[in-house]
Amino acid sequence: MAVELLERVGELLGDAVIDSHARLGDATVLVDAGRIQEVLGALRDSDLRFNVLMDLTAVDYLGRNPRFEVVYHLASVDTEPHGTDPARLPHRLRVKAGVLEDPCEIGSATSLYVSADWMEREVWDLYGIVFKGHPDLKRILLYEQFEGHPLRKDYPKERRQPLIGPLN
Amino acid sequence: MTEKLEILRQGRDSFLTTKIDAVVNWGRKYSFFLYPFVTACCGMEFMSAAGPRYDLDRFGAALPRFSPRQADLLMVVGTISHRQAPILKKVYDQMAEPKWTVAFGACTCSGGPYNNYATVQGIDTIVPVDIYIPGCPPRPEAVIDGLVKLQQRVQATPGWNKPHHKEIEDLSLPIIEKPLP
Repeated sequence: MAVELLERVGELLGDAVIDSHARLGDATVLVDAGRIQEVLGALRDSDLRFNVLMDLTAVDYLGRNPRFEVVYHLASVDTEPHGTDPARLPHRLRVKAGVLEDPCEIGSATSLYVSADWMEREVWDLYGIVFKGHPDLKRILLYEQFEGHPLRKDYPKERRQPLIGPLN
Repeated sequence: MTEKLEILRQGRDSFLTTKIDAVVNWGRKYSFFLYPFVTACCGMEFMSAAGPRYDLDRFGAALPRFSPRQADLLMVVGTISHRQAPILKKVYDQMAEPKWTVAFGACTCSGGPYNNYATVQGIDTIVPVDIYIPGCPPRPEAVIDGLVKLQQRVQATPGWNKPHHKEIEDLSLPIIEKPLP
């Protein structure tokens, strides 16, 4: 089923897809980061109907180019009867997009999915990836005085930035 | 003492002499009003200890007060992050003397399993702590043991009308002066 889904996604997105694979029933596409809004919009509005952005996170592959990958987990939770078309069954898709260290930015998905708002703020907070077009991109878990982005692999493991008290 | 009590019981005498420290502390140790500063999973275990099966009410610590002004026992239950730390300090400062603090669980005692950018490595770096209850989470028996030890400590406190906590010197560290962007 994941293979059929990937074929449909490949037809839909055309040359925006850089790579794809299906493993253990999970479909993954690696797409062009510059066209991420176009890609997510197409997936949402096509007959695949990916109407839920379940998760949005990032991975830091330090030493690789592009260094970061932003990962979107999309789901179709359509409640209509689906008939026999396998690609219309309830399905999920993982979309990945590579992000360079400089400029460390990607288009925001907030105009397509409202659930992207806080998740993009979290990724900005912990990885320092800028989401262009986000209405209010500020820290969500840490405090404004915090310097750096702690889930980056080059953030010093021992570095502490308490608001009060000793440096532990 | 037994003889005196027997005289009182028979109504032949009408007063008993003692020390005011002993009487005041006796009253205090059996009437804790606790402020549950609950931030994490230890809270479930705290509810279990406070609930009917283990019943902290037997020790006089039954009524949680959700205003620090009305509480005299600060129960810090759960992981304290650096973002939460100024709030904990503020709550402690708002409590009136006499006041005591219990560090409930491994995270409050030492940071527990979390030694990272986000977690305070023991709340005693922020507020003075009277009793540490270790465990991840502590068993209700450990909580009760901690409470009884705190009662013993309260009973032994000299000077009923004097503040008994010295500010930790580290606490005079100011909040980082960096302005918000």
